[in-house]
Amino acid sequence: MVPTSYYLVLSAILFGLGVVAFVSKRNIFIIFMSIELMLNAVNLAFVTFSRSLGQLQGQVFVFFVIVVAAAEAAVGLAIVILIHRNRGTLNVERVDSLKD
Amino acid sequence: MPALSYLWIIPLLPLVGAAANGIFGARWPKNVVTGVALSSTTLAFLAALEVVREFMELAPYQIPWTKSYFTWISAGGFRADFALQVDQLTVIMLLVVTGVGWLIHIYSSGYMHDDPGYRRFFSYLNLFMFFMLVLILAANYLLMFVGWEGVGLCSYLLIGFFFTKQSATNAGNKAFWVNRIGDFGFILGVLLIFRTFGTLDFASVLPRAAAMAADPAGQIGTLTAIALLLFVGAAGKSAQLPLYVWLPDAMEGPTPVSALIHAATMVTAGVYMVVRSHAIFLNAPVAMQVVGVVGCLTALFAATIGLVQTDIKKVLAYSTVSQLGYMFLACGVGAFSAGIFHLMTHAFFKGLLFLAAGSVIHAVGGEQDMRKMGGLRKKIPVTFWTMFMATLAIAGAPGFSGYFSKDEILEAAQHASPVLWGLGVLTAGLTSFYMFRLLFLTFFGKERYDEHHVHVHESPKSMLAPLVVLAILSVCGGWMAAPQLWGGVNHFQHFLAPVLATASEPATAAAAETAPGGAEILQTLFGAPVIAGLLGFFLAWWMYCKSPETPKKWAASLSAPYKLLSGKYYVDELYAAVIVRPLVWISDKVLWHVVDEGAIDGAVNGIATVSRESGDRLRHVTSGNVRSYAAWIVAGALVFTSLLIWMVN
Repeated sequence: MVPTSYYLVLSAILFGLGVVAFVSKRNIFIIFMSIELMLNAVNLAFVTFSRSLGQLQGQVFVFFVIVVAAAEAAVGLAIVILIHRNRGTLNVERVDSLKD
Repeated sequence: MPALSYLWIIPLLPLVGAAANGIFGARWPKNVVTGVALSSTTLAFLAALEVVREFMELAPYQIPWTKSYFTWISAGGFRADFALQVDQLTVIMLLVVTGVGWLIHIYSSGYMHDDPGYRRFFSYLNLFMFFMLVLILAANYLLMFVGWEGVGLCSYLLIGFFFTKQSATNAGNKAFWVNRIGDFGFILGVLLIFRTFGTLDFASVLPRAAAMAADPAGQIGTLTAIALLLFVGAAGKSAQLPLYVWLPDAMEGPTPVSALIHAATMVTAGVYMVVRSHAIFLNAPVAMQVVGVVGCLTALFAATIGLVQTDIKKVLAYSTVSQLGYMFLACGVGAFSAGIFHLMTHAFFKGLLFLAAGSVIHAVGGEQDMRKMGGLRKKIPVTFWTMFMATLAIAGAPGFSGYFSKDEILEAAQHASPVLWGLGVLTAGLTSFYMFRLLFLTFFGKERYDEHHVHVHESPKSMLAPLVVLAILSVCGGWMAAPQLWGGVNHFQHFLAPVLATASEPATAAAAETAPGGAEILQTLFGAPVIAGLLGFFLAWWMYCKSPETPKKWAASLSAPYKLLSGKYYVDELYAAVIVRPLVWISDKVLWHVVDEGAIDGAVNGIATVSRESGDRLRHVTSGNVRSYAAWIVAGALVFTSLLIWMVN
């Protein structure tokens, strides 16, 4: 049996990758995907703890996260499409009209 | 007892009048305003008469008749009701206030007829009646205080009635401020009463105060402290030393106001309050001495200033201060009923004097300086004769109302202290002098006004009728006490006796001894006060009728005392130097420039500066750049996570 810590390390690595991509990438689409990656890293941690502690709450919570992530993806993608349509770019550094 | 159960109607009527004229009066024609104002006071007077009629039928155990209408304040152990009370003392005050107030309202409708502020005037005057009636009908100290403050407010409003005149607004402010000092003493006294007795109802405080052991002579116990604090309030409202300074200035108000508020009713509220609280005062010998001495000194002090005043209303104002001093002298020597008796007769003759003075001023076209009058006797006979009656009354001519009340006071003072009596008699002489001086300067001698410009005319009937009624009262108002002269009952004192049952009346004890014979009656009639009054009269006659050059010569040869008197002892200047200017200086230099501008403005502006500066710095965080937001979120999450880990470990 694979020890619990392996899963947790994998989850941490996935989350760290997500964070790095979230901060460093300029393409809004990649940023969006890095958020999904972080969410799934968290889901993995939830399931791991659920299993090791023998409690179901963690798995139930994962369902909620998936549902919210799906909704967020739907809305987020719509926004991405609209930004692309209006500005012809996906570079977040050029989406800065709030500054004015 | 229908009327007695609906006591609240009496104060409510003038309040309705005030509200109606104050709110809707602007759209009403003048005669409707007059109708509302006069009918509300007339009805209040009639209601008061009905209440008195029913009161007379009450059995002694039903007195004082107290009626509680609702609980006004209830907080913890404190409780104050909106409760009204009628006893013999209230009856007298009620009749004086509604009766004289009603007459002065009628007079005002003539006097103020052409004033643009006619509606405002009657609204204030009715409001004053409301508060004054609350003051005298109240059954506890707190409700009395409401009336007390209310009449002060109306006094302020009416003194400053001609608010475009700087001197009038100043006088109003002065009256208000000086009264605040007195009111502060009064409210402290009320608080101390509550602390001592746990209630403020007259019906429970006063019997318990009477039952308490008297404070030893020369010591200040609780009762003495209460009595002295209450007397501070009385001295403010009733213009006694050292707080009398506002009353002479109050003459800036219209003359009917001077008559009603600053002679007949409001200024006597202090006397009423002291008499109402006599049970406390009687057990506080130190306070009694203070009251008596202050009253006596005020009487003398104000009378001397009155000797040299040239403004007809100023003479009467100082005379009022002086007569109020007599009333406190009476209270101080324990002759409370004599004090109230003088209060009543004073309301008649001083109200009349002011109204007649108003009629004179009206006749000579607004002039108030007596040096520019003279010889008016034949031109305005009704005013002259009524004013003559009032002068005889205040000078204490035997048979007139003032004679009986003043004589009673001086007799009581004689039993208490020969010094007070001597000063009182001296004051009686001075009173007679300055009053006849006023009469001679105004009505006798040469015409000193400009005959081409001034068309002297008698006042309208609405002004003369109250003069005549008050003249009759000034003559007959004291006859209730007359039987005392031939050993009978002083009906006034007898009437008040149940209220003052706890008070030992020195005058009663003296009078009850023997029935005097004819010679003794004569002796009483022409006692020292009357002789002093006659001397004052002859001196005034000699100086202002016989040889009118004397006053100038005397003023020249006695220039130092003359200046001192005409400068009113420079009390105003003294107060300005000792109190007002330092206060203004501290307010300006310390409170304004240091405390207000430095501390308070500094704190407010400091907070504003800090938030503006920090906002200025933090503004740059919201760059509008999505990636920098992302970095902030990550940084925040990192900080938060490390904080969490640090705390768990």
